[in-house]
Amino acid sequence: MNRLDISAARSVESVLSTNKLIKNTYMLLSMTLLFSALTATASVFLAVPGWTYMASLIGSIVLIWFVLPRTANSSTGLWVIFGITGLMGFGLGPILNAYLSLANGPQLVGTAMAGTGIIFLGLSGYALTSKRDFSFMGGFLMAGLIVVFVAMLAGLFIDMPALHLAISAVVIMLMSGLILYDTSRMVHGGETNYIMATIGLYLNIYNLFVHLLALLGALSGED
Amino acid sequence: MDWTKIIWALLLGAMILFLWPRAKQMLKHSPKAEKGDWQAVLLPLAFVVGFVVLLIMMV
Repeated sequence: MNRLDISAARSVESVLSTNKLIKNTYMLLSMTLLFSALTATASVFLAVPGWTYMASLIGSIVLIWFVLPRTANSSTGLWVIFGITGLMGFGLGPILNAYLSLANGPQLVGTAMAGTGIIFLGLSGYALTSKRDFSFMGGFLMAGLIVVFVAMLAGLFIDMPALHLAISAVVIMLMSGLILYDTSRMVHGGETNYIMATIGLYLNIYNLFVHLLALLGALSGED
Repeated sequence: MDWTKIIWALLLGAMILFLWPRAKQMLKHSPKAEKGDWQAVLLPLAFVVGFVVLLIMMV
C-alpha cells in the first residue's frame, strides 16, 4: 500500500467515525429529549412545588460537572445522561404550570417548543451541511456566558424587568451560537464522545426553550 | 431575604468560578476567525432574530 492509499484509507476512516458520532449523538439526543418531555409532563401533572426547579438544576449540575466526565467513556454514562435529562425535564414542571395557567398558556408553551425545534434543526442543519469550522467562536461564547451569569446574579437583587428580558434575548443568541459551535465540533473532530456531544446540544436546546418561553411570556402581554 | 435567592446566587457564583478558567483558556487558544467566518455566523443568527420576532408577533 503506498502513501496515497494509506492517506485515503485514513480519510475514509475519519469520515466514517464522524458520521457514526453524528448519528449516535442525534439518536441519543432524540431519546433524551423524549425522556425529558415525559418527566416534564409527569411533574406538570404532579404540580410539584417551585423549588423543584432549583433542586433539579443543582442535582443535574453536580452530575454534569462531577459524574458525567468520569463515566462518559463507559455504558454507565448512558444512565447518567438519562438521569441528568430526566431531572432537568422534571424541574421544568413548575415553570410550565406557571405559563399554562395563563389564558394563552398552552399556545405560549407550544410556540416556544415548536420555535426551539425549528431553530435547533435549522442551525444544526446549517452547521452540518456548510461544514464550516465555528471553533473560532469558542472564547467569545464562553465570555458571553460569563457576562450572562453576572447579569443574572445582578438580576437577583435588582428588580428590573427589562434586565430579565435582555438576559433572555442574549441567552437565545448565545445558545444559537453554541448550537453552531457544538455541531461544528462534532464535524471537525473537536468532540469525539457522543455522550458529551449529546449533553452539550441538550443543554443548548433546554436553555433555548426556557428563555424563548420567558421572552414570549413577557412580550405576549398576558402576565 | 428570600432563601431561594441566596441559593441561586451561590449557584451562579459557582458557575462563574467553574467557567472562568475555561473561558480564559479558550479566549487565549481559540483559533482566530478568518475572512468571512463571522459573516457565516451572523447570517443564521439574523434569521434566528427574525424568527423570534415573528414568534413574538404570533402570541
